[in-house]
Amino acid sequence: MAKKIAVETTINGEETIFLCEPRQTLLEALRDNLGLIGSKEGCGNGNCGACNVLLDGVLVNSCLVLSPEIEGRDVVTIEGIAVDGELHPLQQKFLEHASLQCGICTPGFIVSAKALLDENPDPSEHDARLWLAGNLCRCTGYDKIVRAVLDVAEGDA
Amino acid sequence: MAQVWIPPLMRSLTGGQQIVEAEGATVREVVAALDEFYPGIADRIVEEGRIRPGWTVAVDGAVQNRGLRAAVGPESEVHFVPSMAGGQASTL
Amino acid sequence: MANTNPNGSGGRAANGQNGYKVIGTRPVRPDGVDKVTGRAVYAADVQMTGLLHGFVLRSPHAHAYIRSIDTSKAEALPGVRAIVTAADLPAAEDKIEDLGEGAINLKHLSDNVLADEKALYHGHAVAGVAAVNPHIAREAAELIEVEYELLPPVMTVDDALADDAPILLDGLRTDSMGEVGAEPTNLASFFRHQRGDLDAGFAAAEQVVDRTYRTETVHQGYIEPHAATALHSADGQITIWTSTQGSFAVRGQVCEILQIPVSRLKVVPTEIGGGFGGKINVYVEPVAVLLSQKAGHEPVKIVMSRADVLAATGPTSGSNIRVKMGADAGGKITAALAELYYEAGAYPGSPVGAAANVSLAPYALENMQVDGYDIVVNRPRSAAYRAPGGTNVAFAVESVVDELAEKMGMDPAEFRILNGAKENDRRPDGLQYARIGHIETVESIRDSEHYQSPLEGKYRGRGIASGYWNNWGGQSSATAVLNPDGTVNLNEASTDIGGTRASIAMQLAEAMDIEYEQVKARVVDTDTVSYNDVTGGSRTTYSTGLAAYNLGQQLKEEMKRRLADHWDVPAENISYEDGVFEAGSESMPFAEAAGVVQRDEPLMASSTVHPQDFGPGFSTQLVDVEIDPETGKITILRYTIAQDVGKAIHPSYVEGQMQGGVAQGIGWAINEEYIYDDEGHLLNASLLDYRMPTALDLPMIETIMVEVPHPAHPYGVRGVGEVNIVPPAGAVANAVYAATGVRMEKLPISPANLLEAMWAKEAEAAAEPVPGDD
Repeated sequence: MAKKIAVETTINGEETIFLCEPRQTLLEALRDNLGLIGSKEGCGNGNCGACNVLLDGVLVNSCLVLSPEIEGRDVVTIEGIAVDGELHPLQQKFLEHASLQCGICTPGFIVSAKALLDENPDPSEHDARLWLAGNLCRCTGYDKIVRAVLDVAEGDA
Repeated sequence: MAQVWIPPLMRSLTGGQQIVEAEGATVREVVAALDEFYPGIADRIVEEGRIRPGWTVAVDGAVQNRGLRAAVGPESEVHFVPSMAGGQASTL
Repeated sequence: MANTNPNGSGGRAANGQNGYKVIGTRPVRPDGVDKVTGRAVYAADVQMTGLLHGFVLRSPHAHAYIRSIDTSKAEALPGVRAIVTAADLPAAEDKIEDLGEGAINLKHLSDNVLADEKALYHGHAVAGVAAVNPHIAREAAELIEVEYELLPPVMTVDDALADDAPILLDGLRTDSMGEVGAEPTNLASFFRHQRGDLDAGFAAAEQVVDRTYRTETVHQGYIEPHAATALHSADGQITIWTSTQGSFAVRGQVCEILQIPVSRLKVVPTEIGGGFGGKINVYVEPVAVLLSQKAGHEPVKIVMSRADVLAATGPTSGSNIRVKMGADAGGKITAALAELYYEAGAYPGSPVGAAANVSLAPYALENMQVDGYDIVVNRPRSAAYRAPGGTNVAFAVESVVDELAEKMGMDPAEFRILNGAKENDRRPDGLQYARIGHIETVESIRDSEHYQSPLEGKYRGRGIASGYWNNWGGQSSATAVLNPDGTVNLNEASTDIGGTRASIAMQLAEAMDIEYEQVKARVVDTDTVSYNDVTGGSRTTYSTGLAAYNLGQQLKEEMKRRLADHWDVPAENISYEDGVFEAGSESMPFAEAAGVVQRDEPLMASSTVHPQDFGPGFSTQLVDVEIDPETGKITILRYTIAQDVGKAIHPSYVEGQMQGGVAQGIGWAINEEYIYDDEGHLLNASLLDYRMPTALDLPMIETIMVEVPHPAHPYGVRGVGEVNIVPPAGAVANAVYAATGVRMEKLPISPANLLEAMWAKEAEAAAEPVPGDD
């Protein structure tokens, strides 16, 4: 069995040290080593966005990052989006707009949409669709997802 | 008497007739009556005492969960059709 | 009647409609918060003490005898706990059983889970490994030595039906409705629907269109890969946690494969990350059970990779389809013929039967014939996919209808209205329709702002298509527990993929005249309620909703009976309105009554249903496209759906079904296909190369919910989940024709396929002599 290494990092605002095998992806470490199951594996090669997290504020597919790469860095997962027990406006609007059906892609979409709004607080419909093109949803046809994101953007303005 | 629609692939047994009449208060009785006139047809419809797997019976436009035990009225229309139940690709 | 909501979803509406208090509102689903915060537990999220991880070794060949399997090197790898092959499965009988979800050959079911003697497709499971982590399980699988003897692959209808075709299944004989052929074959079954006089019908036609189409294999594409965890306990009891559309379907299949009584197996459904028909068949579940047993009764979790999902689960059939249709001078269809050749994959069971019923269903026909052929090929065993078989055949039929309308010089919507099926007309299998809403959907599209507005510009075109789906009733079981604080726990076994906990709870709340928030709906395991069919066939809100309605009636009546006892008045004197029980001067609100009536004895209710009078659904759709003539890329400019939804319980989730089905249909129309090389290797088993629509590929999708209440349901519910995927490919193909003048005869209308067709048309036009120029 591969030798484990210690990784020191910040996850959802908490300083953390965990053990992992160097071959483990960040997604695998989050889910299996740290119990953060909200990030999902839909494809394992960066095409579906279900495992989206923020790494130093930048949107990444955690299935394409190796765990040791997060040493000393800052990770935000879906579990860190709601603050102090209050749902983030994106989470609230996803519920109100019925933007999820099966819900497996939802964590990735919410993390991705947060990254979009952090960078561009007032996106057009096209901006939102272009940004979210890295996240696959097979249930909704995207209509209600895009509406929720635009609704939050308007609410912020 | 009930009007029974004969599936195309069984019409060789009914001399090409598309719709035949048969007496019976249940599908089982109707099938038995059919078989008297058109020997062999019951074997094509029934297997081990039930409608053949993958097929079903409809009476008056509704698929009958009760199969051979389903009631048939004097003016009923009876069809034997591929089953559309379930989620399996073969039948949904 | 039409409930148009061009702006899509809104927040929660204040009130329902048509006198309903809960039905027609848009409350938040009970599982919503867990799903937006990442807490919801899906199949791959299951964790438990001592958990081992499984991996399935798969055939790299499309068609081969398996001569030997040597697992000794793999077993020697540290961390490996168990290895299983088909030799560990009980011998299955070559016999067809009805497992409640349809007729299945038990040997085929078993062989698909672990290949016995023969590998029948690239990706066919050959062996399973359990180890202390998934990496070691995979490494061990690579150490298993399998000796294959290659056979020529049979990849298409034409390959399979060729005179000298290699035979996939030695025992297979063609079944023509009970008449069984004598020779080995790849044609599993043949059937025919026929009525009237086809020759006379075509003779009476003024115009006849006769075309042949090809559609490719496509996958359901749910974002959650299959995953299951099994614990085979030392006392013989087995538990499976899995993502499935039907926990009882899993129980039935696993018990047949392992030949154990149902009492030994409990199936616990996790949250499910999409299914669309593809999460009914079992794949890894029986393998995980065998591994758990062999690994000393430790739990084993198997999570499929995306590549394995694409190569070895799902997909739905590719097909060859011929449609011939004629119309008289008045535009009435005089005869129609459809020949459907569907690829079942490695084992019989394509959706050709359902496809035959979809084929000509929207039209009133006196003279018609549909022939269906179910054909095995060296591709994965096909599974249900949303209105199984419907999209293929509607693409063909709706293309022919469009061409025929054009030849008659008729508006395509008016042509459909003139020929549209209505009450008392017959569907392809001969059954008479009760009240249906097909023509209303065409009229809604014809009268829509979208249809009435002009579409201008070069390489732009508009297309329309209609579609039918049979829907289903099926069996449902549910219980309701009245809590003394006036809430109700609703236990049901229909796994919730698109918000059905909400739509079922809403029906219970409506029936009991209480708030939606007072009902707590949850999905329970197979030990907790009685048998329950899959979430599929557009049946759940209809059928399980009916069970919920019954529960509400029962609880209400029993509460009245007990209150009568409490107040010492005759039961018939008790009234219940607006959430308050009354009898003379006595009155008591529901929440208080819930406590009072349970002082002496607790109160719960159970309901089982198997409704037969479900009604079919229809959808008519309109699309505007723009073609890039340089690249062949299709842009969807605008899309409108009109669907007969019966009664929309939760309109947002009905809209969601409509929009989601159309998105899948658009993917099928313009991009998605399995690509195999000459040896039968799947070349595009990733979500980069199996190209499903993204947010950027689609516009907002406008929905017109046509509400023709279904007379046989207390709230008028009709299935809404599937019919929406039937018309899109036909609608897009007709729009592409309008934009380019090219009638596509194959799916997908990918850039490469479309460019090829456009260039062929240009070459043809260039070759034609100009009139009078000779």
